[in-house]
Amino acid sequence: MRDITYAQAINEAMSEEMRLDKNLIFIGEDIGVYGGAFGVSKGMFEEFGPERVKDTPISEQVITGCAAGASMTGLKTIAEMMFSDFMTLAMDQLANQAAKNRFQFGGQGAVPMVLRAPGGSGTGAAEQHSQSLEAWVAHVPGLKVVIPSTPADAKGLLKASIRDNNPVVFLEQKLLYRQKGPVAEIGEDEIIPLGKADVKREGKDVTIITYGRMVPRSLKVAEDLAKEGIDVEVVDIRTLVPLDKEALIKSAKKTGKVLVVHEACQTGGFGGELVSVVVESDAFFYLDAPVKRLGGLDVPIPYNPNLEAQVVPTEEKITAAIKNLL
Amino acid sequence: MKLSKETHKELYLKMVQTRKFEETAARLFVEGKVHGTAHFCIGEEATGVGVCTSLEVEDYILQTHRGHNQGIGKNMDIKKMMAEFLGKETGYCKGKGGCMHIADFSVGSLGANGIVGGGIPLATGAALKQQYNKEDNITVVFFGDGATNEGSFHESLNLAATWKLPVLFVCTNNYYGMSTSTKKSMAIDDISIRAEGYGMKGIALDGNDVVNIYEETIKAKKYILENGPMLMVLNTYRWMGHSKSDAQIYRTKEEVAEWKEKCPIKRHRDFILKNKVMTEAELEAIEAQAAQDIKDAVAFAESSPEPKIENIFDDVYAD
Ligand SMILES: Cc1ncc(C[n+]2csc(CCOP(=O)(O)OP(=O)(O)O)c2C)c(N)n1
Ligand SMILES: [Mg+2]
Repeated sequence: MRDITYAQAINEAMSEEMRLDKNLIFIGEDIGVYGGAFGVSKGMFEEFGPERVKDTPISEQVITGCAAGASMTGLKTIAEMMFSDFMTLAMDQLANQAAKNRFQFGGQGAVPMVLRAPGGSGTGAAEQHSQSLEAWVAHVPGLKVVIPSTPADAKGLLKASIRDNNPVVFLEQKLLYRQKGPVAEIGEDEIIPLGKADVKREGKDVTIITYGRMVPRSLKVAEDLAKEGIDVEVVDIRTLVPLDKEALIKSAKKTGKVLVVHEACQTGGFGGELVSVVVESDAFFYLDAPVKRLGGLDVPIPYNPNLEAQVVPTEEKITAAIKNLL
Repeated sequence: MKLSKETHKELYLKMVQTRKFEETAARLFVEGKVHGTAHFCIGEEATGVGVCTSLEVEDYILQTHRGHNQGIGKNMDIKKMMAEFLGKETGYCKGKGGCMHIADFSVGSLGANGIVGGGIPLATGAALKQQYNKEDNITVVFFGDGATNEGSFHESLNLAATWKLPVLFVCTNNYYGMSTSTKKSMAIDDISIRAEGYGMKGIALDGNDVVNIYEETIKAKKYILENGPMLMVLNTYRWMGHSKSDAQIYRTKEEVAEWKEKCPIKRHRDFILKNKVMTEAELEAIEAQAAQDIKDAVAFAESSPEPKIENIFDDVYAD
């Protein structure tokens, strides 16, 4: 084990897979010598050259479509959206083309591509560079959706996403890029299959179901509440599609109290889906309190740092929501 | 370039098959046997047939919503096309796609598209794969005049030109996007000049001259493999309405009649007779064969089973 950052973990996952598979290429804006807007791909251009690490024009639609077309015909592709907000410009290629390709052609083809896209607020990037749009893509059959919360998960899940035969939207968390965490030595690390949640902290009193950046925040709240004798379980779903429903149901049965937390706007957010999974299952009969959601406020992400911090679930809000459940 | 008799035969047969396919499909609509919509390419047969007949299996095509001529040109199985049109299990897409999504990966058709301009970015990817693997083949993407006003067209031409991707961009210019004439949707008359802004070669051809389209596509492929992508605009006309429901109040009967005079099939037929490539009797035999092929396709489609809801989750995801 060694500690590396979330960004390094992603870099290692891509680089290792590219060493293994000559058919894997990587395209996106400023990913070459510049190393990507967040420095994630540093060194990859030097190692793999301009044929496999391809800087594109600023054209999100054709970046996504080009990746899909190459993947339909035999290559494997990783495409980077500089910010996940720019998926809005690529939505036809993602949702109408890549996602539906296999189904609408009766299973003739497959589109093994990964669209990597950093999301989330907290960097002062304001309305158009800070969104959490996972619910948009989770709503489209044919896409898989992954949001890792630790360096080890980022590496293991990205490797699985690259090897997957479907279009995978891999939503990275900007605020986690510089976070360090233990990751197995190169060559010993594990592939983490899509569709497996991870209990990041065991607890018996109440369950937080969450993902992405809200995982470390929920863990912090759990540690603080432990001092007050409240034992919080934190379940990190890790992949939204496919969703590990069993893990959610199991934890809900165990604690009888569930809070769903995510950064994205609450209305129409993926939290509604997570709540439904719990209450539609037999876990319903184990519940001691209504299942609650804590999402972002239904506003665009504002610029001012105080405002920005307050529109997403804070430690205080999570703590209060937990206490309300007890 | 002098085309062989075999090539003329193939071009003529495919155009007549297309015409009969469309006429039959339109009749099936009237008979209430089809539940979706369709976009017929009568009048435009020479475009897809001329381009695709000149290609190899390893050359990819991406088709449009008005692409039965393109599919037949690329040697798709007419039976499976008709079965898909009727939504049957034996259709190309197991009844899940309909004729807006017809595809046959085995002959190099990467599929038709219901999104105007939606296939153009995909073509850059297929061509990138050909370039990456140093293949001697190209990707041909079809789209209409209307699609050249989509961002996807412009992003794709720019990327393809910059990366020198082996793409032939084929614009089937029938002068209308639904009801909107190109006069009202763009400030240029010649769509091929759009290529120049991307540092790409653009040519405009008579879209009703199948022989010339065939020859020019062979030249274009050679050019593309040596120099990079190219835009080919084929000026033609759709005789029928845009889709199933279209009262056609946006154009005159005279205009339609004028273009019917320029029928691509009649033109090829006259060429064949004038140049003594085939006799009248030989042509009639081809026409009879085309009619029989379409009849067989309808019989196959009508006798095919309906898809089952039990299989609805198949192919949402690949394993
Ligand atoms: C993105 C998108 N916009 C609009 C439509 C509706 N629509 C379908 S075909 C069509 C006209 C397309 O015109 P053109 O590209 O010239 O092709 P043509 O139908 O003339 O062959 C329109 C507006 C669509 N399917 N997709
Ligand atoms: Mg048109």
